[in-house]
Amino acid sequence: MVYFALLLLFIVSYSFYYFGKNRALKIKFTGDQKLASLPDYYGYFLVLVVFLPSLIIWFILLLYKSNFQELYVMSPTLFPDIAQWSDAKFGLIMNKISNLALIVNIPEADLLKGQTSLLNMSSESELIAAKNLASFDSIYGWSIVIVFILLPVILGLSISRLINQKLNVQPIVEKIIINIIRFSSIVAILVTFGIFFSLIFEAIKFFQYVNFADFFFNTAWNPNRAWVISSGETVDPEILKDAFGWVPLLTGTLLVGSVAMFVAIPLGLASAIYLAEYASSKVRDIAKPIIEILAGIPTVVYGFFAALTLAPILKNFGDSIGIDISAESALAAGLAMGVMIIPFVSSLSDDVIRSVPNSLRDGSYALGATKSETIKKVVLPAALPGIMGSFLLAVSRAIGETMIVVMAASLRANLTFNPLEPATTITTQIVTALIGDVEFENPKTLVAFALGLSLFVMTLILNIIAITIVRKYREKYE
Amino acid sequence: MSNIKKRLKAERRFKFYGQLGVFLSLLFVTLLMLKIFTTGSGAFFRTTIEADVFFDPKFMQVDKNSSDKEISRSSFEALADSVVNNNFKDLNEGQFIKVREMFTRRFDYQLRDYFLDNKDDYKKTVKLKITASSDLDQIVKGNYPRNVPEEQRKINDYQLSILDELNKQERIGSTFNFWFFTNGDSRDPETAGIWGAIMGSFYALMVCLAFAFPIGLFASVYLEEYTKPGKITDLIEVNINNLAAVPSIVFGLLGLGMLIGVFNMPFQVPLVGGLTLGFMTLPTIIIACRSSLRAVPPSIRHGALALGATKTQTTFHHVVPLALPGTLTGTIIGMAQALGETAPLLMVGMVAFVMEIPGGPLDPATGLPSQIYLWSESAERGFIEKTSAGIMLLLLFLILMNLTAVLIRRKVEVKW
Repeated sequence: MVYFALLLLFIVSYSFYYFGKNRALKIKFTGDQKLASLPDYYGYFLVLVVFLPSLIIWFILLLYKSNFQELYVMSPTLFPDIAQWSDAKFGLIMNKISNLALIVNIPEADLLKGQTSLLNMSSESELIAAKNLASFDSIYGWSIVIVFILLPVILGLSISRLINQKLNVQPIVEKIIINIIRFSSIVAILVTFGIFFSLIFEAIKFFQYVNFADFFFNTAWNPNRAWVISSGETVDPEILKDAFGWVPLLTGTLLVGSVAMFVAIPLGLASAIYLAEYASSKVRDIAKPIIEILAGIPTVVYGFFAALTLAPILKNFGDSIGIDISAESALAAGLAMGVMIIPFVSSLSDDVIRSVPNSLRDGSYALGATKSETIKKVVLPAALPGIMGSFLLAVSRAIGETMIVVMAASLRANLTFNPLEPATTITTQIVTALIGDVEFENPKTLVAFALGLSLFVMTLILNIIAITIVRKYREKYE
Repeated sequence: MSNIKKRLKAERRFKFYGQLGVFLSLLFVTLLMLKIFTTGSGAFFRTTIEADVFFDPKFMQVDKNSSDKEISRSSFEALADSVVNNNFKDLNEGQFIKVREMFTRRFDYQLRDYFLDNKDDYKKTVKLKITASSDLDQIVKGNYPRNVPEEQRKINDYQLSILDELNKQERIGSTFNFWFFTNGDSRDPETAGIWGAIMGSFYALMVCLAFAFPIGLFASVYLEEYTKPGKITDLIEVNINNLAAVPSIVFGLLGLGMLIGVFNMPFQVPLVGGLTLGFMTLPTIIIACRSSLRAVPPSIRHGALALGATKTQTTFHHVVPLALPGTLTGTIIGMAQALGETAPLLMVGMVAFVMEIPGGPLDPATGLPSQIYLWSESAERGFIEKTSAGIMLLLLFLILMNLTAVLIRRKVEVKW
């Protein structure tokens, strides 16, 4: 029904375009005065006036349907003491009423045993509320449709009466359009601020439970300890002292990231050098897109590959040569991540190497250097800043990567630098903290935002450095 | 002289390293694809067991005159048990349970669905191909080893002997697994399907497109056409470039903290998932759109302005239409990225067990990648091939989207 309303709105708005245009064309002119704007603009004008307010209302109605539902069903006339109810009780009753609503209109003969007993157990006011809820959807749907015929039509018709030959709508329409696009660019910027503030806001809540120093310098990570805390309760920071220590997560992240870079840097750089300096254009045209496929494959695929194929192979290999390799080792996750990152290194490095001016190469050849000597002694040093930039971008990518480590790395924190042992990462713990119940007043949930903030800051810094380096380098040769 | 030989040797070695790098990278692509395709192809077929089904009035509460509604509400459990007893003579209780386990748990549903379409078979005997349980299916496909000790197998020796007997009678068959494409998720691998997840992803992408495309396009138009270069534009430029490099999980936290926490939007629904993906896609679209707006030559703007068009007319009648193909390419690539993204969906709760096919962006749903994640975490062996098959579908969609983008770039995009 609500989508039908949207369709209706489109049709109504579209017809108002012709209505406004025709209205303008039908004006009887007095003297030699012409129409103040082009006829189209009267159409646009009506469409904007009709469409925008209705769209906003439609969106709000759609989004907060459940709130309206609660208002309609849980009225104080049915439940006089509703103001004193706790959230938990409210949820419980609401749940019961939604279950009742499914069966309340079925004839008694068709009911199953459990359903009849549910009906018998319910109070009179609960039954009335359930009947209200059962009828809510259709009432709600139809009221939206009516609002969406009436509101636009009344708005459109009343405003169309203003149209006369002197009304110059073009500046008005243009002003509305400029404001729409200005608003859009504000939204784009708001996303950044939204990220920053939602992270900061929830992280501050987290640090009301946990000491700043305990979080950043403690080496013990046992978030399970916070599970005993119920929402909103104030707790002694001493209990949470050894619960949220960030250090093992950081080392785990760096460990997996280093393994990944250990794979991605040599392979990516070698591919970039070969494709930029040696390969014929034919080979290049085929090989480059194929390598870039690696970056386009969803990370959940790499995670699946790492957990189900790579980890068992590594474990069996370790067993056969007598080394104990964990099934959730940082190695498996890191290797898969490394493969994923290869194109990030190779593509950017390739661009940078190709942008080194040929005069440098020619000078080196003229002095008798071989091709490889030229690359090693001249081209690479010249391209070094850009290559470093590409490495940093790859590192920031590795730190923020989630699915591979969620699927292949361990959940248990382990302060180690041995890639054969299990390790956990920041992103893994964010996901673990938020799987299951999300309670915004509990440190076990809030810690995800503190971790997210640290992740955001780390990748941001890496990124800014990388972009600055690459930009400086570009200026040098342009 | 030996010096030159050494240098040439080093040259060849260096070139070999480069070739090795390219070769290994290409090898990884091939291996990954090969692995996914070999594990995943099995999921498109399911094993069936042929059985004689006698629609016996003794075990049915309905007959051929019953209405469809009555049939849908009645239980076929007893009939399913009778089918097992009729086809395998003289079973004791323990044996009966083991044989029943070789069929899918949804045996009765399959009988009911058949009876709904063929009410005339009441009191008649028909040969039906009943879906086997996932464990048996895996044995038949050879994904389970048969030669391990009995206690490590889900199919015991007795069941294996029955299987061999059935095989000899040629009653084990295989049909195309339509359920995989039409069903929602299920606890039983043999009936689990991907359609619910596809619809979830579809609604999320539609929301993402409806949010990110207009906002991205308008924001780029504003930044490129209506502002003068200066400190503020620079700041916004840096801002958007950084936004493009923020890890996707942080966008998930934004969706959770902002949309669900502050604006009280519902959990688990494609609407919130789509908006979160939209935040993530926005920078990609803006960057693509701005570069194609910048590529439109100034002479076109000057021409329109010289003929008396206003700034807005020039922009929306001349510049934007010319920049649209480039913007579309960027948008499709951004959508493809959004389709493959899992972490934001995890954050906004689109990873629950959902059996129903979502009917709109406000119904609880999973997305394609999060369904893949859910299946891959499952302990049931039968879900491994489902996971790979899900990945195959996901990759297929990604390839189609990227191909569309390439085609638009080749055919429609204006080159200046």
